[in-house]
Amino acid sequence: MSALRRYIDKIKPNVEEGGKVPWLKSTFEAFETFLFVPNTVTKKGTHIRDAMDMKRTMFLVVIAMVPALLFGIWNTGYHHFLALGIDASFWQMVWYGFIRIFPIIVVSYVVGLGTEFVFAQIRGHEVAEGFLVSGMLIPLVMPVDVPLWMVAIATVFAVIIGKEVFGGVGMNILNPALTARAFLFFAYPSQMSGDAVWIGGLRKGMETVDGFSGATILGQAAQNNSVFVDGLGKAYDWWDMFLGTIPGSIGETSTLAILIGAVILLYTGVGSWKVMFSVFAGGAAMGLILNLFAVNAFMEIPFYEHLLLGGFAFGAVFMATDPVSAAQTEKGKWIYGFLIGFLAIIIRVLNPAYPEGVMLAILLMNVFAPLIDHYVVEGNIRRRLKRAKVQA
Amino acid sequence: MSEIIKIRKGLDIKLKGKADKIFMKAPRSKTYAVKPIDFHSLTPKIVTKPCVEVKVGSTLFFDKYRPEIKYTSPVSGIVQSIVRGERRRIIEVVIEDDGKDTAKSFLQGDPNEFTREQIVENLLESGLWPVIHQRPYDVVAYPADVPKSIFISGFDTAPLAPDFDFIMKDTEQDFQTGINALAKLTDGEIHLGLDARYPAAKAYTNAKNVVRHFFNGPHPTGNVGIQIHKVSPINKGDKIWTVKPQDVVAIGKLFKTGKYDPNVIVALAGSEIKKPVYYKLIRGAQVSSITDGNIEGDNVRMISGNVLTGRQVTDEGHIGFSDSQVTVIPEGDHYEFIGWVLPGLKKFSVSKTFLSWITPDREYRLDTNLNGGERPFVMTGEYEKVVPMDILPVSLLKSIIVEDIDKMEQLGIYEVIEEDLALCEFICASKTPVQSILRDGLNLLKKELE
Repeated sequence: MSALRRYIDKIKPNVEEGGKVPWLKSTFEAFETFLFVPNTVTKKGTHIRDAMDMKRTMFLVVIAMVPALLFGIWNTGYHHFLALGIDASFWQMVWYGFIRIFPIIVVSYVVGLGTEFVFAQIRGHEVAEGFLVSGMLIPLVMPVDVPLWMVAIATVFAVIIGKEVFGGVGMNILNPALTARAFLFFAYPSQMSGDAVWIGGLRKGMETVDGFSGATILGQAAQNNSVFVDGLGKAYDWWDMFLGTIPGSIGETSTLAILIGAVILLYTGVGSWKVMFSVFAGGAAMGLILNLFAVNAFMEIPFYEHLLLGGFAFGAVFMATDPVSAAQTEKGKWIYGFLIGFLAIIIRVLNPAYPEGVMLAILLMNVFAPLIDHYVVEGNIRRRLKRAKVQA
Repeated sequence: MSEIIKIRKGLDIKLKGKADKIFMKAPRSKTYAVKPIDFHSLTPKIVTKPCVEVKVGSTLFFDKYRPEIKYTSPVSGIVQSIVRGERRRIIEVVIEDDGKDTAKSFLQGDPNEFTREQIVENLLESGLWPVIHQRPYDVVAYPADVPKSIFISGFDTAPLAPDFDFIMKDTEQDFQTGINALAKLTDGEIHLGLDARYPAAKAYTNAKNVVRHFFNGPHPTGNVGIQIHKVSPINKGDKIWTVKPQDVVAIGKLFKTGKYDPNVIVALAGSEIKKPVYYKLIRGAQVSSITDGNIEGDNVRMISGNVLTGRQVTDEGHIGFSDSQVTVIPEGDHYEFIGWVLPGLKKFSVSKTFLSWITPDREYRLDTNLNGGERPFVMTGEYEKVVPMDILPVSLLKSIIVEDIDKMEQLGIYEVIEEDLALCEFICASKTPVQSILRDGLNLLKKELE
């Protein structure tokens, strides 16, 4: 590795002030620190530092998403061949899923990081690591048939409007990946919802077996169906929903794979268990309330199935827990999470035009998170004032 | 025995190189120094110059804005130099030791017989007053104030901290005399914080005229600020004084002998020390007097104090005025190939993001690498885990960054000093310089309000 290090040290002067390409400094630094943990030492304050940094944190979140991604790859292939009526092998399914999903990931990362680099360069600061996570989240919340140019536009929108206009990583109000999803949902509704987008190849008019439907379970629920079926009319049970052999966005279908990711996030201490737990609690609570007062089939969906459907689990584990856009106080996290779960099910069931209530609920609560924090901070201030008065 | 105050939040960083409980007498160092930079908000006015002869207890400089507070020489000899740093700020006054310890005489006798004024006067003249610090701000106390109470933390929980129950052996009488003197300075109580996990030194358990509080918990439990928060939190307008145990003994010795006794015990610790032990030496001794020939490797960082709050010193540098510890750890000025991806079995992290959680009991040899780049606040809920106070550290720091004085006050800036939030800085994934932000806030507040 010392040869690589020597090479980097050799070309480094080019990007320093007075070098040949000083405008590439941020980009160069991003790659350099990607390869090598820098040799910066502590100058003031604590002389030793915890080994964890932003890169490690973000890296672990990406690792936690891998099970959902792998399942999504297989699931894409599975539904594709189901629609074709072909009895494909496991590896054929994986290969199909891979060639469909890999380009989406590449587009998301290349476009997103490119935008980040440009901004870092203009602002003259280091490239922040936040997009390592957003770049993986964006593909996972897309339907597999989304055109690549849309992924590119949504990514640019998310990075610029979702993040950079507020000052970059750590300053954003909305979760960038959800901003991308919401942008496409409202800008190109026909390509982002309906029955045709969830199955790889369907939208392009692929020949399917007779009577095949690519409707998601939530799509069927919005029609007030009480039995949910796969493309060929076979009924799903809650086990299918838990494993994730249902149509949906690439990474959101398998609650099991998402829970593996959740375990990684919680065990390493990167994700907040308070947020995750309270999102599920809020969803279950609203689901129960709807069950009690059910007047139609959608309201009768058992509350635990709600937690397995659509993007609920994915949102709870990977989106709601984004520390920047979530509530930042520990008490606030309980309220924030609970309301996300609660609102997600309300939106999903009572306004079937938006079956993807989780996305809207999280974005809504992102906006309200500072308000929740405000009241928690005020509470702390009041306790201190009260203490002073008692003593005086 | 009073009830034990249990503290759950915090973090013990297990480092290699804890000092063995052996006293060694340090060889006398060539020079000794008193450093104005050891005291916050002090503008020194020098009253001596190079080549002037001084005795133990001779004034070297005083506080320009509070001229009654004097800083005196720990040894007899000749003033060698007045070292200045950036913008001619005085870094240290260096004295060349003549080894004779000729000492100035001060008032001697039982403090119970003296008035408050006499005690204050004696401390000011001898140069021992600056061991008394005031909260808020952690500045040297104002002699005219009468504090609400005085707090002494009898132990230290910082990484590789000396064991004060060991240091305080055989100091019973002097400690009591010191307490008696301090008791005259306040209308309130003298609170003594003790570690509930270990049997306390006799000086502590036999002390009269103090209220003992027992604490059990990880670092920063030993910080006096945490103990104040648990026992009698500081509100706006409150003034509480703090003194360190060895300084109480020094006050006791002053009244017993009528001389300024600058002897202290300092633990030499850290992974790069061959034989970590305790040294008896004189305040302001040269670091090399205890580290010479005792260090592994040559790329090391020497710290007067502990790894969280101490000050970097050089070989020829001098130990800080109130430091009971010198720590030597490796420098971390090296690159590491894709270090953020590797499993990291030898890396310490409070999170479980590195595989080192497999061996929870291991002692670490940590270096000074920043382990990443500075970023805006991203992670949340980290700081709260290591601050055992009803304080929202991130909100407080943000109020300081935007210089919102009202918010700082409301969020409890009076209750904390750097050492209380030092662990936040250690664990921060964004590598935020927490301690210097906090000091900026305290300085701003002090300037605005005074």
